[in-house]
Amino acid sequence: MNKDFDRFSGTSHYITSPELRHSVNVAAALGRPLLVKGEPGTGKTLLAYAIAEDLGLELISWNVKSTSKAIEGLYVYDTVQRLQDSRFGDKDISDIRQYIKLGPLGKALTSNEQVVLLIDEIDKADLEFPNDLLHELDMMEFVVVETGDRHVAKQRPIVIVTSNSEKELPDAFLRRCVFHFIQFPDRDLMARIIGVHHPDIAKKLLDQCLQKFYYIRELAGLRKRPSTSELIDWIGALIQAGISPAEVSKAIPFLGTLIKRKEDLEIVEQGGRPANRQRGVWP
Amino acid sequence: MPKARQSGEAEHTGIFLDFFYRLKDSKVPVSLSEWMTLVEGLALGLHGSSLIGFYSLSRSLLVKDEAYFDEFDRVFAEHFEGVVDLSAIEKDVFEWLENPIQPYQLDPALRKVLDSVDVERLRELFEERLREQTERHNGGNRWIGTGGTSPFGHGGYHPGGIRVGGQGRFGSAVQVAAARRFREHRHDLVLDTRQLSVALRKLRALRRSGLADELDIDGTIDKTAREAGELELVFRPERRNDLRLLLAMDVGGSMEPYRHLVDLLFSAAHAARHFKRFEHVYFHNCVYGEVYQDALFREAISTQRLIEQLDADTRLVLVGDAYMYPGELTDRYGAIQWEDRNETPGYVWLERLVTRFKHSAWINPMSSRMWHAPSVRLIRNLYPMVELTIEGIESLAGELGK
Repeated sequence: MNKDFDRFSGTSHYITSPELRHSVNVAAALGRPLLVKGEPGTGKTLLAYAIAEDLGLELISWNVKSTSKAIEGLYVYDTVQRLQDSRFGDKDISDIRQYIKLGPLGKALTSNEQVVLLIDEIDKADLEFPNDLLHELDMMEFVVVETGDRHVAKQRPIVIVTSNSEKELPDAFLRRCVFHFIQFPDRDLMARIIGVHHPDIAKKLLDQCLQKFYYIRELAGLRKRPSTSELIDWIGALIQAGISPAEVSKAIPFLGTLIKRKEDLEIVEQGGRPANRQRGVWP
Repeated sequence: MPKARQSGEAEHTGIFLDFFYRLKDSKVPVSLSEWMTLVEGLALGLHGSSLIGFYSLSRSLLVKDEAYFDEFDRVFAEHFEGVVDLSAIEKDVFEWLENPIQPYQLDPALRKVLDSVDVERLRELFEERLREQTERHNGGNRWIGTGGTSPFGHGGYHPGGIRVGGQGRFGSAVQVAAARRFREHRHDLVLDTRQLSVALRKLRALRRSGLADELDIDGTIDKTAREAGELELVFRPERRNDLRLLLAMDVGGSMEPYRHLVDLLFSAAHAARHFKRFEHVYFHNCVYGEVYQDALFREAISTQRLIEQLDADTRLVLVGDAYMYPGELTDRYGAIQWEDRNETPGYVWLERLVTRFKHSAWINPMSSRMWHAPSVRLIRNLYPMVELTIEGIESLAGELGK
């Protein structure tokens, strides 16, 4: 195997599974974007930060919004500014380049060093958004139409794309990606993750918390199952308040940090989906 | 098949090409370009010359949707070790789970009995049976039994119960594949609110509305030219979804087994903030003179008023099994709730709705294999019918967009 291949190995505060590390390294070696999906709170976005830190590369992040357009990621030609500048003739407007503002993808492709580019929540944008990036992500180059300048990436950036599956991504885009689905961490991995955030936690408390946490996650009928970040907050609150493992085993203190919806709270309190919900009972 | 053999890559491709076709045969959407990427990866040695490496590499390059992970695992396990095919057994079970209902015939005699029974008592009985059924899993009284845990027993049954092969974390590749950890992500089995919302998003009708904050280039040029070159910026509102949706849901009775599904659909539609307006009402078996704003049927609203209140281009979606005694549709006083004493047959009401709302459809939680019942056929004369599955909801967009 290529010596450079095993580049990414996780960081001291970002614990990964071997499969995820493999996927990252495959994506980096092939120079293709890594598409990461998974339940909220499984660390999709943090992955990019961890890669940047581990490899000592700059991170450029692009937080996609519902109004984002693909071209904005490359550059924006500020026509309004140029028009305004032209009105009084006191500025030199002949050089269009000064009105070209590079977006995150544009910056990543023009950087002299290799960078990590995070395209966060790509599914938030319009359905066609990913398709508009195909050529740029494939060839890692783009042309500024207004000036005719062609920029080719000197170093292919490591591109991490995250998606919450709000929209389906187009096949053409998917074909070009390396795909990884982050599974919800199992108990052992979770214990390690918590160890990173709360290094001094007592083993007994940790065990008790994990037991409650996975119990709640398995309850039927929850609208939103608690995720890693909520577990970490919850444990933080328990430690702060000095609550003993025995108390955790009896009740669930600070349940509100784990469960945010009223209906879900009721379900947890009743220990599962109520036998007779309001809807659909016999009239 | 003639192959342009290149040294180095050829051995890899030769060994694994069957695997590619097997995946294709199993309906995992793999394309040639993805396969070529895999070959490229193999040539670079990214699989680390191990089967587990190959498993990770090929899955991350060939499969782009966790819904297919399970199928991939199955094919992988089968291809690389001939692991016993678990899915054949499961198929039977799932089929059973999908079609638990032996639809009961509401013949007049039975209805007479039903009508004479005290509803409270009936409910108690029903729940009692339901409890029994949970314990015994199979058998039991037919029409109540089906309402039991079966189709939605997936939760109990599939993620926990059938996890054969264990959770071998990172043992051999075949073990990992055989563990089939991604079963719960299969599209054909699981419906969750998120997937439903994604499907519901396909329902949209974009129109410009709201704040004018998008630069209208053509308008600006036009206006500026008219002002003899004095710059005049023109803005316009963005395009937004203008869809109004009325969801009418059948509850109780034969819909009981689908309660959880309809619940999911409702919460997905309710949570989807992209509708301009979202209304929902409940009915029992068929729409008559009144529908209800709550599932307990306490707050009635006249159907006529509903028709008048809502815009004609509101999308009407009815959810129900459409399964009833045909007389409930066609007869005066046909309503199953005899105290309804409907002067106008349900069919006429359904007709009125479909005439008023230009775009309408019927979502049926029952599998389309059971749509041959007379009442279902009658309703399908009026409404395009889709299944309550992800595919069904997606095709809804087509029905409602016309």
